[in-house]
Amino acid sequence: MSVPGDRKYLQSHEWHKLDGPVVTIGITQIAADELTDVTFVALPKVGTKLSAGKSFGEIESVKATSDLISGISGEVIEVNDQLTANPALVNTDPYTAGWMVKVKPSSPDEMAALLDVTAYEKSSGH
Amino acid sequence: MTSPANQPAKVDFSQNVLDASDTFVDRHIGPDDLDVKLMLAELGLSSLEELVEQTVPSGIRLTENLKLGRPRGEFELLRELKGIASKNRILRSMIGMGYSDTITPPVILRNVMENPGWYTQYTPYQAEISQGRLEALLNFQTMICDLTGLPLANASMLDEATAAAEAMSMANAVTGGRRQFLVSSDCHPQTIAVVQTRAKSLGLDAKVSATSDFAFEGSDVCGVLLQYPATDGRIVDHSEVIAKAHAAGALVVMAADLLALTILKAPGELGADIAVGSAQRFGVPMGFGGPHAGFMATRTEHARKMPGRLIGVSRDVHGRPALRLTLQTREQHIRREKATSNICTAQVVLAVMAGLYACYHGPEGLKRIARRIHAMTGLLADGLKRLGHDVLNDTFFDTLRIRPTDTAADAVIGAALARGINLRRFDDQTVGITLDETTTLADAQTVLEAFAQPAPGISIASLSQAAEHFVAPEIAAPFLRTSAYLTHPVFNQYHAEHELLRYIFRLMSRDLSLCHSMIPLGSCTMKLNGTTEMIPVTWPEFGRMHPFAPPEQWKGYAELFSQLEKWLAEITGFSAVSLQPNAGSQGEYAGLLAIGAWHESRAQANRNICLIPTSAHGTNPASAVIAGFEVVAVACDEKGNVDLADLHAKAQQHAANLGALMVTYPSTHGVFESSIKDICRIVHEAGGQVYMDGANMNAQVGLCRPGDIGADVCHLNLHKTFCIPHGGGGPGVGPIGVAAHLAPFLPSRTGGQRARGLTGAQVGPVSAAPDGSAAILPISWVYIALMGASGLRRATQVAILNANYMAKRLESHYPVLFRGENGRCAHEFIVDCRSFETSADVKVEDIAKRLMDYGFHAPTMSWPVPGTLMIEPTESESRVELDRLCDALISIRNEIAQIEQGKLDRQDNPLKHAPHTAAAVTSDRWPHAYSRELAAYPAAHLRDYKFWPSVGRIDNPFGDRNLVCTCPPMTA
Repeated sequence: MSVPGDRKYLQSHEWHKLDGPVVTIGITQIAADELTDVTFVALPKVGTKLSAGKSFGEIESVKATSDLISGISGEVIEVNDQLTANPALVNTDPYTAGWMVKVKPSSPDEMAALLDVTAYEKSSGH
Repeated sequence: MTSPANQPAKVDFSQNVLDASDTFVDRHIGPDDLDVKLMLAELGLSSLEELVEQTVPSGIRLTENLKLGRPRGEFELLRELKGIASKNRILRSMIGMGYSDTITPPVILRNVMENPGWYTQYTPYQAEISQGRLEALLNFQTMICDLTGLPLANASMLDEATAAAEAMSMANAVTGGRRQFLVSSDCHPQTIAVVQTRAKSLGLDAKVSATSDFAFEGSDVCGVLLQYPATDGRIVDHSEVIAKAHAAGALVVMAADLLALTILKAPGELGADIAVGSAQRFGVPMGFGGPHAGFMATRTEHARKMPGRLIGVSRDVHGRPALRLTLQTREQHIRREKATSNICTAQVVLAVMAGLYACYHGPEGLKRIARRIHAMTGLLADGLKRLGHDVLNDTFFDTLRIRPTDTAADAVIGAALARGINLRRFDDQTVGITLDETTTLADAQTVLEAFAQPAPGISIASLSQAAEHFVAPEIAAPFLRTSAYLTHPVFNQYHAEHELLRYIFRLMSRDLSLCHSMIPLGSCTMKLNGTTEMIPVTWPEFGRMHPFAPPEQWKGYAELFSQLEKWLAEITGFSAVSLQPNAGSQGEYAGLLAIGAWHESRAQANRNICLIPTSAHGTNPASAVIAGFEVVAVACDEKGNVDLADLHAKAQQHAANLGALMVTYPSTHGVFESSIKDICRIVHEAGGQVYMDGANMNAQVGLCRPGDIGADVCHLNLHKTFCIPHGGGGPGVGPIGVAAHLAPFLPSRTGGQRARGLTGAQVGPVSAAPDGSAAILPISWVYIALMGASGLRRATQVAILNANYMAKRLESHYPVLFRGENGRCAHEFIVDCRSFETSADVKVEDIAKRLMDYGFHAPTMSWPVPGTLMIEPTESESRVELDRLCDALISIRNEIAQIEQGKLDRQDNPLKHAPHTAAAVTSDRWPHAYSRELAAYPAAHLRDYKFWPSVGRIDNPFGDRNLVCTCPPMTA
């Protein structure tokens, strides 16, 4: 599956999609494949303040556990509860149903500093 | 058999003809002289010395023999050890403090504790060939959950005190980093001491006070620790403090007595968030302090913060229930410096015993044992009161605290001692008495006599007469357990000995152990656990000793320890040894604490940076963090060696704060790095200390020594190098050796006993018992004594020979990675399986599972390099066995080749569907493109004996996503 061009990325494989005033964050297929079967996603509560470059949660597979990093600062306004019952959504549909948090950004400019799809693909060696 | 090549090895005439004829060296080392010669020839070598010269760097090679004895015979050595053991005086222990005498059901003693089918397995990572002990451990978890009233328990912890310390870390993590932990002074003293040690290194504040003085002001309290019943026997109503703790957002940790919980309300019902304790009194001998299974149970929402190994139910490829280690991403080997616990090896064989004890007795049987003890305690309390003594606790389960009238505590203790009974001394005025499963009316009568002694005018109440009219005491309503427990059929159908015997053997038949074949696990040293080494473990002289018995009673243990310490110091080149750490992880922790305390003593407490190569095992960074260090990673080069330039740069960069380097030698990649002395020098020059991880000590013994190389401290895994069996995942023992300057910083001893040899007041205890898992130390003592200096050296040489021989046989079939400068590996080597993923869709896991069909346990998989297998044969495997494993691996390589050539289907092939169960192979439905014979009998030796995996390939993600950690209903 190709990496969507409609969003921004971190080298650590999180995608950030801007829709009006809201940024949705998830992880890429490349990351999901690397993790193998995702078994658990720990996400913050609604209202949590995120800082750019800092961890907002954890993702686990059978083999590994990784921090989830936010590329932007802001407040969590919605969390994908589906992932509690069905963490495999991250593997099967990482770019839509497998989203993780929606954030109201406090400094929307931070999006500009993130990687675009070309730069991300280059950084991930794909 | 006339050809010279087939003649048996010649008798070595350098021995005196009158020397013992049952020497052990040739029993322990697999290949005989002829095999060694032939294997050397395969490598183009003429002697073991030549092999060592090519393997061990000349700068570190030992030039003389270790100062140990000559090899000895098994029979006479056991006789000598019996003499030492008989210097232990076994009295009736009524000391309590979490250690109670118990009756090990003989069916469990002989068929589990003394049975290599139960103690020689490895940790159950290869779950398909480990279903027996996984079921036994699931029983243990279910038992702990039922008795504690909490839904999730692990299997298991190292002891009660470290479990309490782990619970503190957990409370700290769950509450988002709160730093105060309130510890009730009603806890056992050794628990308090170990918690304090851990709090100090973690930078937490463990406040010890009466429970009534707990202060929750502010919001920095992460948890409270309560003992239930209290160490002096009282059953205290904790409802108020539990409510206060919860109101303050703190967790409640209860250290509970497992047997008491059969008649007392469960911690979970009282509001505890975490229960910890020891399962020792469920049929596991006291053993002077260990090994026993500690336990921990908690609420499900804390699952991911719980330390230790957790057994879970998943399903196999056929959809049948199958067990496995679950949520492994919590563990230190994956989380590394982010881990909140460093424990790995647990106490599996002891947890198995405790679980089977519950199966054998069932809920009613356990209750009967508990009620009998409780009633006997009541009878004794009655008698003591009649004699005019002050019984300080009016609530109790099995323990009384007495203030004798008109006499000092010591006089009563002395009178009891004269009658063969140990009591607990609380202070000058009061004594403690704890009864147990083994206590008889006559014992209780003897206690009364001891109390009556100083006042001969008082007539001693006759307990047997009193017993006739005795009304058993009842537990007061608020504490009385009314809920059911152990209702699962597994605890209710094996009460007849025949039934339990068969259950034990049925479970055992599902586990592949060293009884079946070699277990070639790299970095784990699955060598022979010799029978002679194991025999003393169940001698009552070692087993029935309470860890806090007076020193005059354990002179035998003291003699054995001081010899063992001396030998281990000689083998490692250090000046002092502590036997206290009861696992390798605890050794790492204790060693790092020693380094930290040494820096502190030189007013350099700021030295808290710990350099750790990226190749290190995950336990290293986890231990470093728990010991209060900050981890800085050091790069490794493409050969797996420490990158000297990066080490130098990092050491310089952190010179002001450099505390330590942790390094494994030979490296985790199985190579004697020639730069090891430079590595040590660079760290020392920057002001740091060198911690050597002794996991690979089996390649060093007799050839080189950590102390000579430049290390300041090193832990030894006695369960690897020194023959203590792995027990299917524990017990382990992890003593540390230290250079002279660190000797004052070895862990101190709990229990307020007079110190035995060196001790440090600066560092607190790291284990509950002063000598850790004392009962299994005779194993290593026997091994070293039997082998002597020359035998140990030869064992190491042959371990290296076996690895190089296998590497040579396999190198034309699999790429062999990471060898030393002369092309030699150390005692283990890595074969690369990564290319098969593209050439044949075969993953290293498929090879591991396919080995089960050949009757083997896989080597270490994907560590330290993903997609590889690390093979460590040890010296105990004969050439025949090495060849059998090589043949299996070569045969599997041929199967892969057939996939590559299109002769076997890329998906429907015997690797992808491995392992094959008997049920699958004999099923009327055989959907595969390859034959059943290829599936189950791919090698000729299998016609002679076939070990059948009991389940098919297990679904790992399913188990992690659907957490079930207690026995499922029988209909499942």
